[in-house]
Amino acid sequence: MLKAEKVVPTTCPYCGVGCNLELHVRDDFIFKVTSPFDSVVNHGNLCVKGRFGYDFIYNKERVTVPLIRKQPQKAGQRTQAFDRSEWREVSWDEALDYTADRLVEIYQRDGSKAMAVYCCAKATNEDNYLLQKFFRAVFRTNNVDHCTRLCHAASVVALQMAIGSAAMSNTAAEVKDCDVFILTGSNPTENHPIIALQMKAAVQKYGAKLIVVDPRRIEMVNYASLYLPIRPGSDVPVFSAMAHVILKENLYNRQFIEERTENFEEFAASMEKFTPEFAEQVSGVDRQLIIEAARMYATARNGAIFWALGIPESTHGTANALSLINLALLTGHVGRKGTGLNPLRGQNNVQGASDSGAMPWHYPGYQAVDNEENARRWEEAWHIEPGGLNRQRGLTTTEILAAVHPGGVRALYIMGENPMMSEPNLNHTRKKMQELEFLVAQDLFINESGAFADVFLPAASWAEKEGTFTNTDRRVQRVRQVIPPRGQSRPDWEIICDLAKRVEHRLNRPHSAYWDYQHPAEILEEMGRCVLDYAGIRYERIEKVGLQTPVPTPDHPGTPFLYGERFPRGKAKFHSLEYTPNAEMPDEEYPLVLSTGRVLEHWHGGTLTRHSWMDDLFPEALMDIHPADAARLGIKDGSPVRVTSRRGSIVLRAKVTTKTNIGVVFIPFHFREAAANLLTSDALDPQARIPEYKAAVVRVAPASEEELTAVLESQPRGRF
Amino acid sequence: MSDTIRITIDQTTVQAAAGSTILQAAREAGISIPTICYHDHCTANGLCRICVVEVEGARTLQPACVVQIRDGMVIHTRSERVIRSRRTIFELLASTVDLSESPEIQAMIHEYHADVYRYPDAETRLPAVIDDNPMYIRDYAKCILCWRCVQVCAEDAQYTYAINFSGRGYETQISTFYEIPMPESTCVFCGQCVGVCPTGALKPKRQWLLEMGYTPDEIMNLTRSQRQRRKRREEISANPS
Repeated sequence: MLKAEKVVPTTCPYCGVGCNLELHVRDDFIFKVTSPFDSVVNHGNLCVKGRFGYDFIYNKERVTVPLIRKQPQKAGQRTQAFDRSEWREVSWDEALDYTADRLVEIYQRDGSKAMAVYCCAKATNEDNYLLQKFFRAVFRTNNVDHCTRLCHAASVVALQMAIGSAAMSNTAAEVKDCDVFILTGSNPTENHPIIALQMKAAVQKYGAKLIVVDPRRIEMVNYASLYLPIRPGSDVPVFSAMAHVILKENLYNRQFIEERTENFEEFAASMEKFTPEFAEQVSGVDRQLIIEAARMYATARNGAIFWALGIPESTHGTANALSLINLALLTGHVGRKGTGLNPLRGQNNVQGASDSGAMPWHYPGYQAVDNEENARRWEEAWHIEPGGLNRQRGLTTTEILAAVHPGGVRALYIMGENPMMSEPNLNHTRKKMQELEFLVAQDLFINESGAFADVFLPAASWAEKEGTFTNTDRRVQRVRQVIPPRGQSRPDWEIICDLAKRVEHRLNRPHSAYWDYQHPAEILEEMGRCVLDYAGIRYERIEKVGLQTPVPTPDHPGTPFLYGERFPRGKAKFHSLEYTPNAEMPDEEYPLVLSTGRVLEHWHGGTLTRHSWMDDLFPEALMDIHPADAARLGIKDGSPVRVTSRRGSIVLRAKVTTKTNIGVVFIPFHFREAAANLLTSDALDPQARIPEYKAAVVRVAPASEEELTAVLESQPRGRF
Repeated sequence: MSDTIRITIDQTTVQAAAGSTILQAAREAGISIPTICYHDHCTANGLCRICVVEVEGARTLQPACVVQIRDGMVIHTRSERVIRSRRTIFELLASTVDLSESPEIQAMIHEYHADVYRYPDAETRLPAVIDDNPMYIRDYAKCILCWRCVQVCAEDAQYTYAINFSGRGYETQISTFYEIPMPESTCVFCGQCVGVCPTGALKPKRQWLLEMGYTPDEIMNLTRSQRQRRKRREEISANPS
């Protein structure tokens, strides 16, 4: 029997649940993962990624030496180099000096508007805080964003508009205290597996009733009291029709509305047109189901709403999220245990990266960049002359790429993200990546985006550094170094500090913004000095159990649920809504709607999990299609199909399943061999600038085996 | 239930919360009762019977993990009958199951002076290791049928129901339905079963390979899809057409 040399507690690097792990190590090899059964987050339970998906650390293809491209790259003719023979191994000094020289050259020539950075929702709070500090304090640009723009941006904008906050209001484990909960645009059994367990237990053991509203017949439907199979994009009509019923039947919470909300009259008037009949016509859902759902939620003692990316990833994503917020305000199902507005965040640290200011419109702590007082606060913190920081809102993720052209963005720094898989309309993204003048990739692997880079900085993985992640229910938890960094790789925060000092030196800055941290704990403390929600968090306070923000003082116990007394904006605001169809609606040429998302065994652009044994469990892209659509198109289970949208075309195998509904096909976006985002549309939500990933229209036709780009022995699977 | 009742455990009279099991009440009183199949986070089933105790007035020995206390109950946790019974269970287990990776059970065998060779003619259960997926292996020669894995796969955690008992009596084994390979079952590879296995019958595949003498580098070369891709690349470069 193998004995571990050490067992180190840490936090899972995959999804936003933030499970507590114990890594068992021998000879620097992590051979086993367990979880403490008394963990408040996951009670000893894990999913396949958390328990087995850490072997990417040891993958042969991981880069652990700094690299510079042999062939100098020119704007407009930039190419992808996946093969190591196209790169030259260099010292850290050479890599960082080269990077600093090129960044400074572009900054001095074109100014702050030419600089942009993608932070990373996988990296720690400390890494993200420093990277945005680097670009804001040194390059004086707010062109700082990360993948939150591609996931919950519209939820964040809507929550800011209505409530003044941007996070899950309650704790995920509180789902057992609900008696009714709505789950929409979310497939938790695959994307938040541990929250799904808690939801299943809530239904099976604690008697909660579940209402699922989703265009896919996901596994949670097996546990639902009501299932509303909506057409993609009909969220606003369905949830507003529920509000309509609640208003008509006097099921709303008058006292809560009077005391804690505003704009009720105008909102109520705007709900008049959303009759169940209208919603049925738009959504395809039986009006009786909508009425029943409205009554069930409104008459609950404790009702909660959980949603994920099916709501925000739409050209009307902000309106979708507002339609849910309206429901919670109307019934008063917010501000108590077991209720709430709960956007399930995707990445392990997307909440934390957003909190840490990895966003173009906000400093850390959601402090608006165009507010003079905020700018002064950070100028003082970072030793910058008054007026030095940029007061203009920066560009968002998608806008940064769109602005790549002479006179626009010239230099891009990517820490850990993979826009060449995760952006919509990848053919367009590819053109934009080619047009960059200088590209830095800081990652573990040369992924589809890093392959375009001039310089590759090898980062340490989550098991090789110290830091904190903030999970979906705002819990700040420790990430611990378990093994030494592989090869020459270095923790992200160290790389950023080293590079920032070199750049400051070249720019002859009179005062350094400060980069001489000895330990990440000092970075979090620096942030806490200007961000009240984190002011009371210290590493020694979270050694065993994480604290839920806001934690304003060093003796504050943390905040399991928000808005018990008041909303951050004072009174919560109802918003009037209109129905807007998707940017693309099915027609004769493109009759099916494509929804994209993730599968249990993989993570996002695949940089980690496709370099893991996880890939053995789910080795190839599969398109879910309903048996009726498949029969009509002559498609058999497992046969190759060509999927074509207005922007691109891919070939992959079909999986004929009732997990998707008639008229809707689903493709996961992890697979470069059949990248779903070649098909998706880059039409944006006007308020949140989030692309419409969930509703591109496509046509599907049988294809031949020869057209498949990656022929593997398929892996038969029996899971839902 | 905040009501307390009075019970006597090993000649000591204590107050215990009504509704608790004998095991819980004994723990509260600082008396340790040995357990194998019992796990704090699984539903207790009284399967292994190591936790049996003698309750005055009861005909048979009672499994402490499931039997609730009653007012005035008189319990003996280390009577001659209890010790003999536990010792026999250990001897039966040791005669049929590979307990080499169950240090806690071995310690108890030692403590109870159990004779692991008491049944020399017993047929040891030796099913082959099942290596049918990239995440974990199943070595049922080490399985004591505690049922924890079945329970966490079901209502105790995962609600996936991929495994259950198959066979009867001596033939009983944990299995997928119709013994299909794990990937073809409803298994989602969460590994909750691996997390609660007390005997090393279930273990992560990389741990197993390390124990078999493979180095980490060798183990990392065993990835199925990368192997296939590498082979395909080699085929293509050997025959570009």
